[in-house]
Amino acid sequence: MKVNELTQYPEFTCVNESALSDKEIECGYVGDLLSWVMGNADAGCAWVTIQTHVNIVAVAVLVEMSCIIIPELAELEEETVVKATEEGIPIFQTPKNAFEICAWLGAQGIK
Amino acid sequence: MIASAADLHIHSCLSPCGDADMTPNNIVNMALLNELDWIAVTDHNAAASLPAVFSAAEGTGLNVLPGIEVNTKEEMHILCYFRDLDSVMEMDRILYDALPDIPNRPDYFGEQLILDGEDEVIGKRDKLLISSVSFGIEKLVEIVSGLHGVVVPAHIDRPNYSIMVSLGFIPPDLPITTAEVSGNGSIDDVKRRFRFFKPLKFIQSSDAHYLEDIAVREDMPPERLLQLEDLRRDTLLHYLGEKMFP
Repeated sequence: MKVNELTQYPEFTCVNESALSDKEIECGYVGDLLSWVMGNADAGCAWVTIQTHVNIVAVAVLVEMSCIIIPELAELEEETVVKATEEGIPIFQTPKNAFEICAWLGAQGIK
Repeated sequence: MIASAADLHIHSCLSPCGDADMTPNNIVNMALLNELDWIAVTDHNAAASLPAVFSAAEGTGLNVLPGIEVNTKEEMHILCYFRDLDSVMEMDRILYDALPDIPNRPDYFGEQLILDGEDEVIGKRDKLLISSVSFGIEKLVEIVSGLHGVVVPAHIDRPNYSIMVSLGFIPPDLPITTAEVSGNGSIDDVKRRFRFFKPLKFIQSSDAHYLEDIAVREDMPPERLLQLEDLRRDTLLHYLGEKMFP
């Protein structure tokens, strides 16, 4: 699945559509401790995190992630959205919790 | 310059994890025995012990810096220090409102007792104080700045509740100039480990939850003593957070 295809699903809302691209979501990763995520996530992943601080953008850039998915409609800091747009990292919000997001991505064939 | 012995991270019996013996008078007397110049009692998201700590320390020669250990939305512990009791009590009110409505379970977490200057129990806190508050680090800095206080990330060498773990690095725009190394850590090790990050001043405190863990002056290596011009509270606040003041 490509990142911009996620927008076809109403339960996923992209907060910075100008950052969307046809980059492939190659895998997934879940984690909220940014030092751990930096060291362990794989490039191309869709990253599910409840952490909304602007530092998540730095981590996504560093790891070359495809996008960030914020569960349970957790509120995003404006600074995070601005930075993510500058850096070309799409951020999605969804009412699903982290487990439900992973199950859904898995059902779409992302392993 | 005065080489001052400071322990700026001590929990009282208000923190659920703080031992029942961590009463205001016991903390003050232990600090005096340990020949400390400065203490800060920094309970989790609360300052209700501080009026009693100030009362217990009055006339003893021990200097008390008003403080709180805040657990931000990002699940990291940030020490906040203030210039007077009024400011820290205002912070206490802001934090209590920002805590989720999760009641403490004393059987599991421990009591959250408020004592007076004679160590008599005069109340307790109902919400679980170790929860994280509803706002993040940027908002915290804004609030603390407004109260003329300073922020110091706590135990940055620990694998949990530390800014380095939760956020990966200290956001460069924040006016943070000092970070705390945990009591059993080493300032030299931390300097080596974080050498790629922007240079910081390091202080080391005990994070004592038991009386016997409060820092002892004669056990402190020279780099742990704070070189201060005098023992005024403003001098220490400026030492800890020069960039917090315009």
